[in-house]
Amino acid sequence: MSRNDWEVVIGLEVHAQLNTASKIFSGASTAFGSEPNRQASAVDIALPGVLPVLNRGAVERAIRFGLAIDAQVAPKSVFARKNYFYPDLPKGYQISQFELPVVSGGTITIRVGEGDKAYEKTVNLTRAHLEEDAGKSLHEDFHGMSGIDLNRAGTPLLEIVSEPDMRSSAEAVAYARALHALVRWIEICDGNMQEGSFRCDANVSVRRPGGPLGTRREIKNLNSFRFLQQAIDFEVQWQIERLEDGGTIQQATVLFDPDTGETRVMRTKEDAHDYRYFPDPDLMPLVIVPEWIDRVREQLPELPAAMKARFIDDYGLSAYDATTLTASREVATYYQAAVDAAGQAQAKTCANWVMGDLAARLNKAELDVTASPVSPTQLAGLVTRIADNTISNAIGKKVFDALWNGEGDSADDIIEAQGLKQVTDSGAIEAMIDEVLAANQKSVDEFRAGKEKAFNALVGQVMKASRGKANPAQVNEILRRKLGG
Amino acid sequence: MSLSLEDVRKISSLARLDLSESDAEATRSKLNGILELVEQMQAIDTSGVEPMSHPQDVAQRLRDDAVTETDRRDDFQRVAPQTEAGLYLVPKVIE
Repeated sequence: MSRNDWEVVIGLEVHAQLNTASKIFSGASTAFGSEPNRQASAVDIALPGVLPVLNRGAVERAIRFGLAIDAQVAPKSVFARKNYFYPDLPKGYQISQFELPVVSGGTITIRVGEGDKAYEKTVNLTRAHLEEDAGKSLHEDFHGMSGIDLNRAGTPLLEIVSEPDMRSSAEAVAYARALHALVRWIEICDGNMQEGSFRCDANVSVRRPGGPLGTRREIKNLNSFRFLQQAIDFEVQWQIERLEDGGTIQQATVLFDPDTGETRVMRTKEDAHDYRYFPDPDLMPLVIVPEWIDRVREQLPELPAAMKARFIDDYGLSAYDATTLTASREVATYYQAAVDAAGQAQAKTCANWVMGDLAARLNKAELDVTASPVSPTQLAGLVTRIADNTISNAIGKKVFDALWNGEGDSADDIIEAQGLKQVTDSGAIEAMIDEVLAANQKSVDEFRAGKEKAFNALVGQVMKASRGKANPAQVNEILRRKLGG
Repeated sequence: MSLSLEDVRKISSLARLDLSESDAEATRSKLNGILELVEQMQAIDTSGVEPMSHPQDVAQRLRDDAVTETDRRDDFQRVAPQTEAGLYLVPKVIE
């Protein structure tokens, strides 16, 4: 028996913190990192007699998400109380949505793997609902007590639940990444995983291919894509080994320990929470009229899937290039600006520069594309000069470095100031070739004796003599003519 | 449907209520009274009636996304049993 005899089934629940200025049910600030409890209002700390008032901005972000994944936005949805006792939940219940969520259905298309083995897959979503976050418990030493910070209490969350459609940790990570890129693309969540703005829970089970679903275990609170992958891989291996040893899987909630790379049980089904959901009498049903949905739709930016299709159809890019360039809105915006300035005919060249030299430089300098020293207009200027033969590709890289280092405002400035313009005057090139031939009789003899390598050496000498500025195609042509006699 | 004493114990434990033997029995009979009332209501034919989540047929009012609250931590913490470094202190809980 091996892993190949088992099918892995994964569904994800993602909590995306919505980037509103104020909380979902109070006018307290949601800014991260303030002193403990300075942003916890009377509503957030659940003083008696307070009432929640729903934030329009949070609802609008849920609508944006629903439209972006082509889901149904409920004309009427309901807030419910999820009851449990924990000190960082001062009301004794979390306001969430249960039977009637604001968003139902929808799909996200993911691209998994690399190279020839890469494939696309559509993941179905079950629902997305609005809810409030809890506060934070600090268990460090407070004389044997726990410290409670309620600044995060009441921060709006969108809980996004997928169908159990993923069949490997790679698919789960691809889905989580696509979702992460999407919520940032439509500007509803900052996606900061260190600060907990985007947290994943993974439901994992294994079964015989085609058989009934196995019992699942839920891995809680994974806050990086690497941990998501590691936790699922460990969990899958653990479940398979247990089943093959004749054991059974008990439904449980588990935690991943990044230090050991293992999952461990937090609670089993017997002591699972009984949340006793019921509609919150403090809140009326949330009604979303079609006109509101239409308004939100008009304000949506072009979505990554549509942009990717346009790059393939209109710009002739490969699926891989189009996926890479639309992996984040920042890169896509940069690329689009470069193509707009350079012209659609240069779309493929622009893609090569953005994914090649620019990406490498940004990566090395640990810079985000929005902080690139080379602007899209400058890159377009450079691409244009290569396309019209003012400079060669090799000199282009030099000009790119100069732009990066701020040696000039535009490719034209640098070409002019540093005398990099390509030499296309055939008389001048011929003169250089004559000099090189006279000085390299040995190579000439070798070429005439049939050694093709010697020809390349001569080309190299001519390029060197021209300091890289001679048009390589012309050099080749004239040199061959002269040697061929 | 009627609740057993065991059901009552489970419900009281979920609600963190420490009921004595006699209180548990009294609570059981009160809760069963409520359930009987529900049973009577269930006799009414409600087919074709859309369930409501709230007795009033109105929509939730929304507020604009703006910060309107000021920092009142000192006021709030004055009535808390124990605080330190801006945190509320509670008996240690680790799940």
